[in-house]
Amino acid sequence: MASVAPLAAIAAQSGTAPDTRRGMRGAKRYRLNAFRYLIFCVFGLFFLVPLLAMARFSVEGTRPGQFSLSAWTQIPSYPGLLSAIEITLELALLTCAVILLLVVPTLIWIQLRVRWISRAVEFLCLLPLTIPAIVLVVGLAPIYNYIRHYNLSALQLFWVYGILALPYSSRALAAGLGAVDLKTLSEAARSLGASWLTVIWRIVVPNMWQALLNAMLLTTALVLGEFTVAVTLLYTNLQTALYYISRDTNNAGVLFSTSTGALVFAFMLLMILSYVGRRRRRRRG
Amino acid sequence: MTSPVTDAQAAPTRAGVRVRLDGLRRRYGAVTALDGVDLTIEPGELVALLGPSGCGKTTTLRLLAGLEDADEGRITVGGRDITRLPASKRDMGMVFQAYSLFPHMTVRENVAFGLRLRRAPRAGRDRRALEMLELVGLTQQADRYAHQISGGQQQRVALARALAIQPTVLLLDEPLSALDAKVRAQLRDQIRRIQLEVGITTLFVTHDQEEALAIADRVGVMKEGRIEQLGPPTEVYSRPATPFVAEFVGLTNRLAGEVRGGQVTVRGMTLPLVDQAVPDGPAIALVRPEAVTLASGVAGAGGALAGSVIGVTFLGATSRVSVDLGDTTVLAQLPTSEVGSLPPGGHVTLAIRPDPVLVAQDSQAVPEA
Amino acid sequence: MSASGARPVGAGRRIPLAWAGVIPFLGYLGVFLLLPTGIVLWGAIRAQHGPGLTLSGLKLLVSPTVRFYFVNSIELSGITAVMGALLGAILAYAIATGNPDGLIRRVYIAGSGVLAQFGGVTLAFAFLATVGPAGILMHASWYFDYPQGIGLIYLYFQIPLMVVVFLPAIDGLKIQWREATANLGGSTWQYWRHVGVPLLRPAFFGATLLLFANALSAFATIQAWDNQIAYVVPQQINTSIISEVGLASPNEPQILALGMIILVAVVMTGYALLQRRTARWLR
Repeated sequence: MASVAPLAAIAAQSGTAPDTRRGMRGAKRYRLNAFRYLIFCVFGLFFLVPLLAMARFSVEGTRPGQFSLSAWTQIPSYPGLLSAIEITLELALLTCAVILLLVVPTLIWIQLRVRWISRAVEFLCLLPLTIPAIVLVVGLAPIYNYIRHYNLSALQLFWVYGILALPYSSRALAAGLGAVDLKTLSEAARSLGASWLTVIWRIVVPNMWQALLNAMLLTTALVLGEFTVAVTLLYTNLQTALYYISRDTNNAGVLFSTSTGALVFAFMLLMILSYVGRRRRRRRG
Repeated sequence: MTSPVTDAQAAPTRAGVRVRLDGLRRRYGAVTALDGVDLTIEPGELVALLGPSGCGKTTTLRLLAGLEDADEGRITVGGRDITRLPASKRDMGMVFQAYSLFPHMTVRENVAFGLRLRRAPRAGRDRRALEMLELVGLTQQADRYAHQISGGQQQRVALARALAIQPTVLLLDEPLSALDAKVRAQLRDQIRRIQLEVGITTLFVTHDQEEALAIADRVGVMKEGRIEQLGPPTEVYSRPATPFVAEFVGLTNRLAGEVRGGQVTVRGMTLPLVDQAVPDGPAIALVRPEAVTLASGVAGAGGALAGSVIGVTFLGATSRVSVDLGDTTVLAQLPTSEVGSLPPGGHVTLAIRPDPVLVAQDSQAVPEA
Repeated sequence: MSASGARPVGAGRRIPLAWAGVIPFLGYLGVFLLLPTGIVLWGAIRAQHGPGLTLSGLKLLVSPTVRFYFVNSIELSGITAVMGALLGAILAYAIATGNPDGLIRRVYIAGSGVLAQFGGVTLAFAFLATVGPAGILMHASWYFDYPQGIGLIYLYFQIPLMVVVFLPAIDGLKIQWREATANLGGSTWQYWRHVGVPLLRPAFFGATLLLFANALSAFATIQAWDNQIAYVVPQQINTSIISEVGLASPNEPQILALGMIILVAVVMTGYALLQRRTARWLR
């Protein structure tokens, strides 16, 4: 029997996965593989070279060919840069809070109690995809003029960022909500005497923490890269600070080191994301 | 090669051809999927390959279809060696497990697709498609798309599509496994009826023993890449060649006993052996539930086979009774009319019809049916 | 405000109050999504002198100065969408035909997810470091030329986006269809002609439209690439909001924004329609 088990695993796998290895004969497969690796190399270079070039410039000294970390060490002391980084990280936290405290409970609540509204809300959540940020900002300008009467801080951007992050975070959350049978679970919990708050906090959230993490990471990545709204409303965040440096000075070094740093950070976030997503798929399959 | 297009006008019937598989072997990496399969399918015959998942039955069918290459062995169809022929040149109709209809084509276009690939004129292939749809009873659905018809109808369309090219051989790869029980039985009978009508040589792969027994001229039971037994359904069922076949084809009671002189003694009852050559000693007798009979009340001096009823499962014309013998449980299958007098908890006496039985050593593993 | 969405509701008042939990969320969307959109529309059709509504502002959309930005936007988005779609489809096919659990597939899928989001000013800097005037790879004399210089940069996020949206469609092609075609006597070429390409066509066009809308909305990269001249609509919107002088009309930002809304809405509707068909075919 022992010899049958791995074969059964192979059969099961090839039945579900889009596996073209079966049914393709040797020579054809060989040619296809040659084509594939060529494609991977060409595209791999296209994607990697610009990143490496930027990293390379971030460690260049005053004279070409010289190695120096000065571009990295001057990040903290560069005028305005550190505060822009701080503001951006705080904005990411605030925007995540909007998602966690407002969007998550609402979406769960809709699934549990007001199903009939779910299609309309889904539409609203995806709407920012079809309204470009640069369009939204035209209508936001008067609203932000009003906000500025009370508070001048760039942190006020979190209101818009919550909206910009909505399509991505709501889709991540919807995937998490779809993976659990919310109705049955909540009915079971309710029949055992749980309140709605208990249902959400003790039953639903533990079953979708990976979706929550996904939504947080996507939101953070979006806030780290946001430029359009900030520059048009004349606020300073990380991206606009970099833009002003590139426009107004010739300090290329700090530009490349900060960009590389921000990029590596965003990469790490999104790599964590893809890893989390994969683990979830594994467990389900 | 005769083009099926030219004789598309001819009657759907085509004399079946003989299919021979000789010593087929196939390995996937370290795993041997097929370990020397020999099989001859007579013209017009339907052979069902039966076995647990991973036994090599699907691999056998895919080798015959040309979707995979054999490492060793030879395939001949109608006397012609096709071992190295690509799938597209083999003229075999295949019905897959599910989801094989092209979703962007209507039912009619799906059925006509094989003829379109052969550049048959439009009028001819439309007529042929309608004929085939009539054969499977789906002319009403000709202009629907796959997602607009039920799973059972989809499989009938797949059958019509496979037959439309007038294949030499029909290959059915678990075509019923994705369907509901009721549809499954109906479609099974319909497939058999059409297969007999067309007279096409057919290989049918399934893991469902009832299906295999019901549909096939001969059943081949496979295990670990080999055919354990090949024979008519009645023979495979009533005279299984190995304990594996006995357990896989139908439910079996396992009762401890003692072999002596070509007979096995189980709890005081002596039963003949299928295989007289089994050496003497302790063994497990494999007894079919149908061979067990029950009488209510305690017999005589409390014989070794007195027990009490645990439960009764109603199966329609027959019922299955589980009986507690104290140290083991025995299943008996009886006509429902005889079961009425057996209340749960009631005492019964058990007897076993003296049909030849197989014995197994304890170590011989058998799969879950 | 935010916690009220989760507040338990008394059993006796079940129906009337269930939807009240959604109000804070809808209020938030109302102020920061619907209200700004309304302001844009209102500003675009409001009469500039005196009360009332007018469509005269819309005439501005077809005036030569404004048309310049729209033509450029459509040109840049169109070119990069078509090229990104073609190249991305080839890459997606190469990924899809590999081992479903292989390292290459995992790296490319994760990488595409990252790079598709990776617009921003840093992207312009990365290309500046590569093929700009002092680029380490080469100095491309056309780096600051429109549209080829910026088009190359746009491909850097368009191709990965194509992989992200098109790979599921290729994965949706079932192996049974290829095998059924082979059984019915079809060659590889016939499979692609009659089955593969027709099945993927709506997904491909849908994805191309999505790429088009994506490039249309992009602003940061092109602004960082060249902030001297406004080439595309988003740049001109930015300029017209900030400067407020030398405008074709006082409500130029709103009118430009309305034009963008119309354009994106048309494109995304087409995308949604094609996507629906794909979802039915390639599940």
